[in-house]
Amino acid sequence: MAHRQQGIATPWLFLAPYLLLFGSFVILPAVLGVWISLHSWDYTLPNKPFVGFDNYVALFSPGSTVSGPFWGSMRATGIFTLLSVPLLLIVPLAVALLMSKKFPGRDFLRAIYFAPYVLGVAVISVLWRYLLDNNIGLVNHYLGLLGLPDDTAWTTTTPAAWVALVGVTVWWTLGFNAVIYLAGLQDIPIELYEAARVDGAGPWMQFLHVTIPGLRPILSFITIITLLASANMFGQSYLMTQGGPGRETRTAIYQIADTGLRNFQMGSAAAMSYVLTVFLMAISAFVFYIFREKRPRKLDKEVRS
Amino acid sequence: MSNFTTTVRAGSRARRARRLSGSITRVVVLSAIAIAFISPIIFMIVTSLKTRADATAIPPSWIPNPISLQAFASILAPGTTTPVLQWFANSMVAATLNATLVVITASLAAYPLARMQFRGKNFVFVIIVATLLVPPVILVIPNYLIVSELGWLNSLVAIIIPTAASAFGVFFMRQFFVGLPVELEEAARLDGANRFVIFTQVVLPLAKPALATLALLAFLGNWNDFLWPVYVLFSPEVQTLPAGLSTLQSANAVRYDLLMAGAVVASVPVLALFVFLQRFIIEGVSRSGVKG
Repeated sequence: MAHRQQGIATPWLFLAPYLLLFGSFVILPAVLGVWISLHSWDYTLPNKPFVGFDNYVALFSPGSTVSGPFWGSMRATGIFTLLSVPLLLIVPLAVALLMSKKFPGRDFLRAIYFAPYVLGVAVISVLWRYLLDNNIGLVNHYLGLLGLPDDTAWTTTTPAAWVALVGVTVWWTLGFNAVIYLAGLQDIPIELYEAARVDGAGPWMQFLHVTIPGLRPILSFITIITLLASANMFGQSYLMTQGGPGRETRTAIYQIADTGLRNFQMGSAAAMSYVLTVFLMAISAFVFYIFREKRPRKLDKEVRS
Repeated sequence: MSNFTTTVRAGSRARRARRLSGSITRVVVLSAIAIAFISPIIFMIVTSLKTRADATAIPPSWIPNPISLQAFASILAPGTTTPVLQWFANSMVAATLNATLVVITASLAAYPLARMQFRGKNFVFVIIVATLLVPPVILVIPNYLIVSELGWLNSLVAIIIPTAASAFGVFFMRQFFVGLPVELEEAARLDGANRFVIFTQVVLPLAKPALATLALLAFLGNWNDFLWPVYVLFSPEVQTLPAGLSTLQSANAVRYDLLMAGAVVASVPVLALFVFLQRFIIEGVSRSGVKG
């Protein structure tokens, strides 16, 4: 109860420095972005006339100068997300399951899997563009030694470029997801596994009926952050493929940043960013819906079976 | 009876043997993945120590012949259009100041949200947490205008200040403060200490591990940030390493010796932090997931 005895201003004084930053660089831009998207806002021109929803209408008008490149980039983001998210959910889980029992050297291996993640997207992209070089790269060299085609142009042709972008991203962030899974696995009480074993459940049944339900909060968390990370992919495409061949691997973020911050068509870019945001929020809501608590129905099923 | 025990013993021996071979397979598989995971990083370091010709030799070799510091010498030389040493200093300054700012503002803000009762508290907390779900892309264009209005374009300030508003930091520190026992703070209150004194003298010393973790994560995030610096910093001498690497790549498309040397320079501090403090970093990441 002692907590209540304080000046009214005290909590706000603590909050003030953060709220100043938060207000200036999170809340203000979130609102300002809407305003910009309603204008023909060319950063380099003095006049920024109000155009209502024209920027949005143009995005949804087939044949307009902005809609083709924008939806092309949304498609690229969609392809990358669809290819990368399942791998980034399943492979790290498999690794975490293999690591869930204690064995000598486990912490060392965990650190190695995590290491690529601390490098940052610029380093890993520059590195992999070298390893994937079609003439002198290590990847084609080893493929050749295995008797496989050794002249794949990993960064300049599709679908090879998608394999490269997804593969590099899996290598880069697998450890991050695995570490979160591992922490989640360790939070599942051992008694649950013992009880399942007493009931005659084999490893697979234990996985389905103990591990997966026990991981559900973690699964929804990882699914959301992985989806958002993949949908926000930029650096790999910018540095490894330069969005090519043509514009095929140019992602939505790439397109938005280039439209707004290279060509300074900020109104249109802001509108694009809100359209992308609506997509992302809808997908997040869908994921929350899938992973929601559904005890009653499950009980029902168990009773019936 | 004796027959029964032998069967049981044979069964448990077989099970033990199976478990042993299972755990050997496990270690072999995990080690194979680990080698595949670490070798690109090792090859980056190897190549940075090669000469120009050796870096593009076919077949590629894992041992530089001769071992050469030529690539480092040429990218670190002063007066180039790709001043890697300057980028290193810029990144160091930006990431250090940004992490400091994050730790100070986030822990100050998190404390009343964890420990005080006041009107508007839930509203503030919900707004902060809700922005964790807002895709950062919608902030990029307007923040460019705000930064431009403030005169921070093409300056390190743009990399240090706007990204310091860390909603994750507030959330992370609040979780930590909530988990601290309240008794020490109450004792200090009975002794007549004010809130700020309690915060700095009692709470912060207890929060050192969490503060260190947050500082590390903020440092890494800022050090590796790519999109924002690429567009906000346009002169070579103000760039940070990730933006600089992009410049270096456009300037030397296939000079892989130079590119790998640049990548090594950009990786050394984070790899060193990681080697010495990996427990903090990994536990910070996994805790953010478990409690989030």
